[in-house]
Amino acid sequence: MQESPKYWKGIEELENSPEFMKNALTEFADFLPVKESHGASDATVAPRRDFLKLMGFGIAAATLASCETPIRKAIPYLNKPEEVDPGIANFYASTFFIGQDYNSILVKTREGRPIKFEGNPESPITRGGLSARAQAAVLSLYDGGRLQHFAIKKGNEHVKSDRDQVDQEVRAALASATGKIAIVSPTIISPSTKKVIAEFAARFPSTEHVMYDVNSASGLLQANGGVLPSYDFSKARTIVSVGADFLGTWLSPVEYAQQYITNRKVSSEKREMSRHYQFESALTLTGSNADVRVAVKPSMQGEVVLALYNAIIGGGAASSYNDESKQLAKAVRDLKNARGAALVVAGSNDPAVQTLVAAINQTLGSTAVDVAAPSMIRQGDDARMARLIREMNAGQVGAVIFYHANPAYDHPLAEQVVNGLKKVKTTISLNDRLDETGILCTYAAPDHNFLESWNDYEPKRGSLSLAQPVITPLFATRQAQDSLLAWAGNPTTYYNYLRNQWKGVLGGNFQKAWDTAVHDGVAVGTASPAPVARVAAPLDVNAAISAIKSAPKPSGIELTIYEKVGIGNGANIYANNPWLQELPDPVSKATWGNYVAVSRKMAVERKWEQGDVVEVSANGKSIQLPVLIQPGQADGAVSIALGYGRTNAGKVANGVGANVLPLASMRNDGILYTNVVNIKETEAKSPIAQTQTHHTIMDRKAVVQEASLADYIKDPKDVTEYETISTPEGPQKPNKVSLWQDYEYKNHHWGMVIDLNSCIGCGSCVIGCQVENNVAVVGKQEVLNRREMHWMRIDRYYSSDAHKEDFETKGKLDTYEAMEHPSDNPKVIFQPMLCQHCNHAPCETVCPVLATTHSSEGLNQMTYNRCVGTRYCANNCPYKVRRFNWFSYYSNEKFETVNGHMFTDLGRMVLNPDVTVRARGVMEKCSFCVQRIQLGKLEAKKQKRRPQDGEVVSACAQSCPTQAIVFGDMRDPNSRISQIMRREDGERAFHVLDTINTQPNITYLTKIRNTEAEVRNA
Amino acid sequence: MQHVSPVREPLVTGGKTYHDVTQDVCRQVEAAPNVRWMAALSVALVLLGVFFYSVYRTLWYGIGEWGLNKTVGWAWDITNFVWWVGIGHAGTLISAVLLLFRQKWRTSINRAAEAMTIFAVICAAMFPVLHMGRPWLAYWVFPFQNTFGSLWVNFNSPLLWDVFAISTYFTVSLVFWYTGLVPDFATIRDRAKGPIAKVAYSLLSMGWKGSAKHWSRYETVSLILAGVSTPLVLSVHTIVSMDFATSVVPGWHTTIFPPYFVAGAIFSGFAMVLTLMLITRVVFKLEDYITIEHIALMNKIMMVTGSIVGVAYITEFFIAWYSQVEFEQYAFINRATGPYWWAYWSMMTCNVITPQLVWIRRVRYSIPLTFILSIIVNIGMWFERFVIIVTSLHRDYLPSSWVMFSPTIIDIGIYVGTIGLFFTLFLLFAKFFPVINMAEVKSVLKYTVDNGPTYTGHDPHHAPTTHQPSTHGVPASAPVNYDKHD
Repeated sequence: MQESPKYWKGIEELENSPEFMKNALTEFADFLPVKESHGASDATVAPRRDFLKLMGFGIAAATLASCETPIRKAIPYLNKPEEVDPGIANFYASTFFIGQDYNSILVKTREGRPIKFEGNPESPITRGGLSARAQAAVLSLYDGGRLQHFAIKKGNEHVKSDRDQVDQEVRAALASATGKIAIVSPTIISPSTKKVIAEFAARFPSTEHVMYDVNSASGLLQANGGVLPSYDFSKARTIVSVGADFLGTWLSPVEYAQQYITNRKVSSEKREMSRHYQFESALTLTGSNADVRVAVKPSMQGEVVLALYNAIIGGGAASSYNDESKQLAKAVRDLKNARGAALVVAGSNDPAVQTLVAAINQTLGSTAVDVAAPSMIRQGDDARMARLIREMNAGQVGAVIFYHANPAYDHPLAEQVVNGLKKVKTTISLNDRLDETGILCTYAAPDHNFLESWNDYEPKRGSLSLAQPVITPLFATRQAQDSLLAWAGNPTTYYNYLRNQWKGVLGGNFQKAWDTAVHDGVAVGTASPAPVARVAAPLDVNAAISAIKSAPKPSGIELTIYEKVGIGNGANIYANNPWLQELPDPVSKATWGNYVAVSRKMAVERKWEQGDVVEVSANGKSIQLPVLIQPGQADGAVSIALGYGRTNAGKVANGVGANVLPLASMRNDGILYTNVVNIKETEAKSPIAQTQTHHTIMDRKAVVQEASLADYIKDPKDVTEYETISTPEGPQKPNKVSLWQDYEYKNHHWGMVIDLNSCIGCGSCVIGCQVENNVAVVGKQEVLNRREMHWMRIDRYYSSDAHKEDFETKGKLDTYEAMEHPSDNPKVIFQPMLCQHCNHAPCETVCPVLATTHSSEGLNQMTYNRCVGTRYCANNCPYKVRRFNWFSYYSNEKFETVNGHMFTDLGRMVLNPDVTVRARGVMEKCSFCVQRIQLGKLEAKKQKRRPQDGEVVSACAQSCPTQAIVFGDMRDPNSRISQIMRREDGERAFHVLDTINTQPNITYLTKIRNTEAEVRNA
Repeated sequence: MQHVSPVREPLVTGGKTYHDVTQDVCRQVEAAPNVRWMAALSVALVLLGVFFYSVYRTLWYGIGEWGLNKTVGWAWDITNFVWWVGIGHAGTLISAVLLLFRQKWRTSINRAAEAMTIFAVICAAMFPVLHMGRPWLAYWVFPFQNTFGSLWVNFNSPLLWDVFAISTYFTVSLVFWYTGLVPDFATIRDRAKGPIAKVAYSLLSMGWKGSAKHWSRYETVSLILAGVSTPLVLSVHTIVSMDFATSVVPGWHTTIFPPYFVAGAIFSGFAMVLTLMLITRVVFKLEDYITIEHIALMNKIMMVTGSIVGVAYITEFFIAWYSQVEFEQYAFINRATGPYWWAYWSMMTCNVITPQLVWIRRVRYSIPLTFILSIIVNIGMWFERFVIIVTSLHRDYLPSSWVMFSPTIIDIGIYVGTIGLFFTLFLLFAKFFPVINMAEVKSVLKYTVDNGPTYTGHDPHHAPTTHQPSTHGVPASAPVNYDKHD
């Protein structure tokens, strides 16, 4: 037997040494020694290999660690709230009223965060409309400028303080206060709040509640015996307004706009309109919409009213108003013709003027004025406030509580307020931040935001409205009413207090009625005492006439102080809101700041150019502001908006513009928003950031069309010019000639109709769109660079004296040059402009990467992820609605001040989670609110039905107070939009730039002006 | 010992022999850089620094660093792009079209002109990339298989056509240029003394031996590439013009654009070639190769194309009037009389009036005047693109969106920077590559030098050379018939 051969793996195995045996048992060999042997056994020396290894590991580890995206933890609900479903919005009815106009709102919340307001259609007052200011107010909740805790002033600093300590000190201070305790607030329309204040006054009997308004209607109140009449513009066939901007800022613009527009809409069923005369100094939104507008210096407005009085009632002293244009005579004729359906309003805060206006309306028997159910939204009393300021300076006030009042900034006598406050021992601020007044007060007990509070409102007697909290308070604040109750020693919470109050109103099954009221946001009933139904004594018109006649007739340059549609009265909540700061003024299209509006004539005479800074002085005070040449501005007068020049409102508002209120004049303790000013040139220049710098339409009928009511009645088919294209088969509509194949829409075809007759240019849609679609704010410099991001804009065109008809006589070049200049008192037209969602879209063909495409439902879609940013689409868009992300607006430090809400966790809560925040270098534009369309379709699908008309509404259409924008499915023959398009086809419906055959999905309706026709007799 | 044709003007003056050609051209490559070159390069590098800084600002902060706005989405970027692409055209025209037409005078300028083409296209290509909002995604404009969810490019978009046109143009020009360089690289390789130069030029010359087969292939390839390039002269700027012509913007939407752009491109290209040549011939002492005759000929081409451009400008106005389209009419009235009238009239003066001076023989043959003229045309052609792009966009359909455009320092920096980039590349080229095609110039020497025993002396400018023909050190890359002549 042969010996089997022996194999071995190595010499070690063959030798089979003990060391080999030991190693063979372990599966893996020992590692090579890490340390190189150096002979010396100094363990502290790190050998080279170790160093390299450690360094290599260190770098690799550091690299890996830095590669990881930071983790942001989302904490799920431990117990899911019953109502909150991630991804599904909840709407809660509430109310917005802060010293300006009343809005009944629906608060849209996502995952418990309020992100947008929509109009509450249940409200009999605002009927689903919202002002731009109300739209933007959602941001005030997340305003970084809010004071986040109670504070006590120590030295010059407000030190964070315990709530109990503040309560203790305040109670002690109030109890020991010598002299008067004053609560200063703007108009309060909350019956329960007033009751709280009354209870506080019962506890501290020396309490006086002083209300004053920045935009005071003291004169109007005085003239009507202490009540503010309700106006119903829908009952007026002839409207004469003397300086009242009732569509923009006067009293209750959303309500008035809706009423006003009911008599302005025309259609084949109703070929009639009201006629609107406006006599004013500054060109306001209302004046822009008037059929007849006459520029009148402020000092003459009393005379205009007197002239009306003389013509309608007679017997007054002769008016010095020179009715050069004969428009006043025509206004009188129309007023007399309309009789009960006539309405005269005036914006003046002079009780004498308002007395005459009331007398005129009374004589005309105007049904549009209602004193039985008066409006509550202005209750401020100028005289009482002036008296309080005097008392403060005289040291008669022991304690003062400011509740949303900021007289150190927004009262014409602010300087005296500041001085007077030094003599008041206890000063308490309930304001939401350390504003100009708050910073002077010893105690700061910041109020909740209105979205964190319970409250009730009574904007009009008999119409109640509720506000409910939609989020837990973000900061350690306390509702002002609770503070007052606490200091008055009442332990109930304001919520219970409110409910108790309402028990008396709703009656019956309270819980059920209460639930309904909270759900609807509004209720019928009153919690206010019956008003003094009209002054018993006859109006003292003679005194009023002599007051008007004896008023000084200034010879210098007159100043009108007006409110801007965006910033309103300049309260914290409006001023520190970048959306509102960047909302272009509807008329001047200026953003970020106020300016001195002058007529062209004055600018030429004084050799001013737009942007030249001038010094305006009156009352021994002066401010410096740039000049803006404003067509329509009364010659010899200038206008400056209030609400600017804040110093303590927050990062956004501070330092923007200048405060004009110190230049206002006072007469008999009443604020007159006019004065005589001196204007001095300075060397400085300060450019005004306007979103539109070319103001005339250049006679481009293809862009915007208008006609007179007379022509419209004569032949509705003749008011709109349709261009045709010559073909071998004769002239054809442009869309009949096409190189491209048409899209086929099988399911929906979304479209929009914009009635230029209904659009008043208020800008509500601009903000509605901005909130809905997370549109960035870019700040003044970038607006100057012409890079604002608004998806929805309102183009405003002035008429010019030159027209195409002059080509023959004056030559083309000169005529075109002349057409660039607006008339001195131009006719104004507003045109909302947004992506037209063209069916033959010029943008779609030119994108090299197919980032913008057409949807099967007619939408022109923008795919942000695919966009490389060549901007070719924007160049090729004839409507110039595409907006490019020039910078990273959410992370570039240049935008941190103005676009702060995209930078902080707090601010980002306001962003709509359904809409992407666009990255730098990407094109964006109106999407027709595709997220809302998808939601509507989804809801319908869940219920196994087709979406109903009106269920899917874009944000702009939703927010429009005048329903100028109708959104819907053009494939549904019964939808409103289809009906309008059928009805208006060949009459008023036109497409902008029809000849270039873009076939837009947006149809405009020609604007009709009631200028030539006689107003129909009532 | 030369014979000068009594009927034909010589293409190369100074009585050069083949060896002189080699010597003159290789001198720059072999000798140490001269001071003028160093100075020029320093200036170019400073400008290149400006370019890098401006690009950094653009990439880091965004296009907002430029002066563009919501209405004017293109301005200096695309102006510069079209300008640079246009400049490139002369190179292709000289090397391809003139080759096909057997215009032998092109031989001494075609190399530099082609180099100019390539560098100009590089400069031009910067802009389509940089002007993107997200340039890091620039590759998305290429149709490539991807995993983004079957995303494809838009073949309707003229910008996509641009991508194809420019990339084709660049590739063909580069290959054409390099093919021409190979024999000359071999000459330098054979003469190289330093080890680095030896290796470098060996690699660059790709084993060129100068055999008859090589020369035969060289000629064939040149001819084929010339054939391929010729349509590109027309197509590239035609397609660039379609960026505008296919749009709906009044002032852009014009069918005349393709021929008008091509003529303008050749016009500006020749102006740039002249600018560069006039500098090069002085800096590198190549007056005998780039003669006054060349300059006069190029002047004539400039005049012809300039006149075509002028006619196109006037035709545009006529069509605007004739069409009776309101927007179109206003666009042109606005060009001439609107806020940018100065740009329009600069363009008209530079591009329509100045080239007409070339009718005067004195101007055509004057080097300083030609230089000034070429600069004016370059400026005018830049304004032409600015006028087309900015004055059309800034006031288009809706008066509400009418704006003014003004450039920022970054806009200017990028433009000036690309000039720096161009000259840096060109100066490096001029130092390290043969700026004149030695092989081809030698082929045209035949017209000037013969083996005739005496100098006939018809022309006093062409004095007989004192140089003795050398018989040693003849490069292997010389034309095959070198032994007969050199």
